[in-house]
Amino acid sequence: MRDRSLLVAGGIFALLLIAPGVLDATGQAYLTGLLMKAMLLAIAAMALDLLVGQGGMISLGHSAFVGIGAYVLAIGLAAGIENILVLLAIALAVAGSFALVTGALALRTSGVYFLMITLAFGQMAYFTLTSLAAYGGDDGLTLWSLATLFGSNVAQNAGHIYLVILAVLVATWWLVHRIGQSRFGRVLRAARDNPERAAVMGFSVFRYRLTAYVIAGMIASVAGLLTAQQNEFVSPALATWQHSGDLLVILVVGGLGSRNGALLGALFIVAAQEALGAVLPEWRLIYGPLLVGVVLFAKGGLNSLLAPGTAGPGR
Amino acid sequence: MSILEIRNLTKTFGAVRVSKEISLTVGARQCHALIGPNGAGKTTLIHQISGVLTPDAGAVLLDGTDITALPMWRRAQAGLGRTFQISSTLHSFSVLENVALAAQAKAGSSMRFFRPAATEAALNRQAEAVLDRVGLLRRARILAGDLSHGERRLLELAIALAGAPKVLLLDEPMAGLGRVESERLTDILAELRREIPMLLIEHDMDAIFRLADTVAVLVEGAVVARGTPDEVRADPVARAAYLGEESA
Amino acid sequence: MSFTLFLIQCLNGLQYGTMLFLIAAGLTLVFGVMGFINLAHGVQYMVGAYLAFAYLHLTGSFWIAALLSMVTALVFGLALEFLVFRHLYGRDHLDQVLATFGIILFLNELAKVIFGPATLSIPVPELLSGSIPLTAELRYPVYRLATIGAGIAVAGLLYIVVSHTRVGMLIRAGATTPQMVSALGVNIERLFMIVFGVGAMLAGFAGVIAAPIFAIEPGMGDNILIVAFVVIIIGGIGSIRGAFLAGLLVGLIDTLGRSLATMATASVFPPSMADQIGPALASMLIYILMAAILIFRPKGLLPAKGAA
Repeated sequence: MRDRSLLVAGGIFALLLIAPGVLDATGQAYLTGLLMKAMLLAIAAMALDLLVGQGGMISLGHSAFVGIGAYVLAIGLAAGIENILVLLAIALAVAGSFALVTGALALRTSGVYFLMITLAFGQMAYFTLTSLAAYGGDDGLTLWSLATLFGSNVAQNAGHIYLVILAVLVATWWLVHRIGQSRFGRVLRAARDNPERAAVMGFSVFRYRLTAYVIAGMIASVAGLLTAQQNEFVSPALATWQHSGDLLVILVVGGLGSRNGALLGALFIVAAQEALGAVLPEWRLIYGPLLVGVVLFAKGGLNSLLAPGTAGPGR
Repeated sequence: MSILEIRNLTKTFGAVRVSKEISLTVGARQCHALIGPNGAGKTTLIHQISGVLTPDAGAVLLDGTDITALPMWRRAQAGLGRTFQISSTLHSFSVLENVALAAQAKAGSSMRFFRPAATEAALNRQAEAVLDRVGLLRRARILAGDLSHGERRLLELAIALAGAPKVLLLDEPMAGLGRVESERLTDILAELRREIPMLLIEHDMDAIFRLADTVAVLVEGAVVARGTPDEVRADPVARAAYLGEESA
Repeated sequence: MSFTLFLIQCLNGLQYGTMLFLIAAGLTLVFGVMGFINLAHGVQYMVGAYLAFAYLHLTGSFWIAALLSMVTALVFGLALEFLVFRHLYGRDHLDQVLATFGIILFLNELAKVIFGPATLSIPVPELLSGSIPLTAELRYPVYRLATIGAGIAVAGLLYIVVSHTRVGMLIRAGATTPQMVSALGVNIERLFMIVFGVGAMLAGFAGVIAAPIFAIEPGMGDNILIVAFVVIIIGGIGSIRGAFLAGLLVGLIDTLGRSLATMATASVFPPSMADQIGPALASMLIYILMAAILIFRPKGLLPAKGAA
């Protein structure tokens, strides 16, 4: 079972690696942009899966961290910080602190309260970003200069940002699954299944959940930072709660708590939205009811089709 | 030297006093049983000792340390083990993983993010030893959710044991077991009580007479009789309140 | 800020607060009684506003339009309940979130297709147009005062129903001990439908009375939904009184905050910075209030009675 899901992941990564070359040669280079979009979504969704799939904590405020990562890049560049590694460190620190504070508050409760509170704090982040008049406010901000890696443009559209994103994707994939199988991940899953049992064993459910929340927030900020660098534009739209909803959709469509769910879900959703959009500009008229239908009638997600038996949480 | 001491524990739900100044001590190598009719407040007492509920007054001491104000997980870390009346295992985990996780709680930090926990041989060895002890070793690889009811009762005990507790709170370990299974579990507990002191809630009187050195009778939240099993059996108050009900 | 301006802002805050209450009341009941998290509650507010717009153009009368809108909102809510929501009551919250999210996407897009992406508005009804003097130099629009009155009236009505009728008794019991209600042999499905219908109608009503003063646009329900969540968290889940108190509190703090924050920060920071920090701070105020409530009263200001 495990080998099959590894095979699926390996196959996808290999395809993603050769995709730009193939697309270029066949004159469909514009699709490369879509692939990058899907990969960036997958990174954020993988982080969210740590919360929702492994931890059983449904967050509707995850896109706030994506927004934070993007704005750290924009504001950092405006302040004259150009090294992408420095910007990354700042993004991780800011997102981590925001997650620590809001997570500690949200985790004072559980279940639906957690969902509502993450939603509210996410919205707070969104409105804060829209009120940054100096950085474009509602309209967002075009980045006239981009971050560099010690002066090189490798992490830019002019360089090899596609490969950088792919590398981060693979690293995130590896990290999230490594965490899932670690001591920490085991406790997190135990707390999801039966928090009282985990506490009676001697684990502080709160601490483990909060740690997961912080890790997930930090990873999402990396996705945000790269999104800004790739779009060469930031906007509060990145942090809307609808974007958080999209990430949840990706997870459920791909298969919650499964090895490749976030990856498959992101590729599928981006492709589906693009395809629907090509048929009908008002594609949400189809997409919305489709979503309702998936929830009502389909279970297990794409992952269970490609690698049956691995869709179970945390396997 | 008492391992677990409870002093004047009092708890009220609305107008109902579910625990009325309950005091008891469990010493080394002791098995203290707690009997009483349904609704007497036995599980409520266990909940207060283990931290699910906070008492309104009174204190819980473990090994001489006051743990009344500690959250559940800290009490567990301090050496308080418990089982649940209704089996509370992790259904999506294997039997081995259930027990290994309990061992993990006492084996250094669990804020470790990279090494796969399933490959930690030390944890697995400990878990296997405990499973062997309760007779579940051959079922180690299956999911806890697939166990029979009787096996799940044993797993419940194994999880508590893997935490290397200083004292065990057993909330009706025989609940729902047939006679053969009950006797087997009683055998296991009889062996364990030489090492780990226990506070035992049970309806199975055969088990009580085999295991307990002290029995307290709880009625409407208060201890109405206390003594050796034979004394309690002879006590008219206890008979009227509880044993009489059994024979009726 | 002059005292007059302050008074006006207070009234505006009250007005916003009563509207928040109308939305939060349905949301908190639906959640309290059914344990159902309905993200699509906000679009029912939008539906109410668009219905008012459409009916006004058909009938020419605000009052007939308002009445028809509420009836339609009720029917629409019941239809949604019948088609989708009732299949989700027993499901986990993630399923509920996703399905209601799908409904939001659909209805927002539908509104855009039918009415266009631009913002619409309808005139204030003639009977309530104009303004009345409150003090020597303060005049306030009658319509806004009327909406405050309507909101308070609905709150009172709801309070009486919930605290003094049999249905209300069942709702309260359902909010605290759902098992009890089914044990009583009550037709729980019908109770759910009633609660849901009333919730949808209240949200629709809020949309109708908002139509003449706020912009009618696709997605107008989304942001207000989240503020309604904040109201519920502050007030206490399942509590009507809590929703009322918290609605007014949030309405006032948000409205006053937006006009006062820049001024307040200007007294601490230089003006150029205050212009930056003020609005940011103002938009954060209600969330900071929510955080404070979570720290000091995690169950909310007026939690539903009996919740242990």
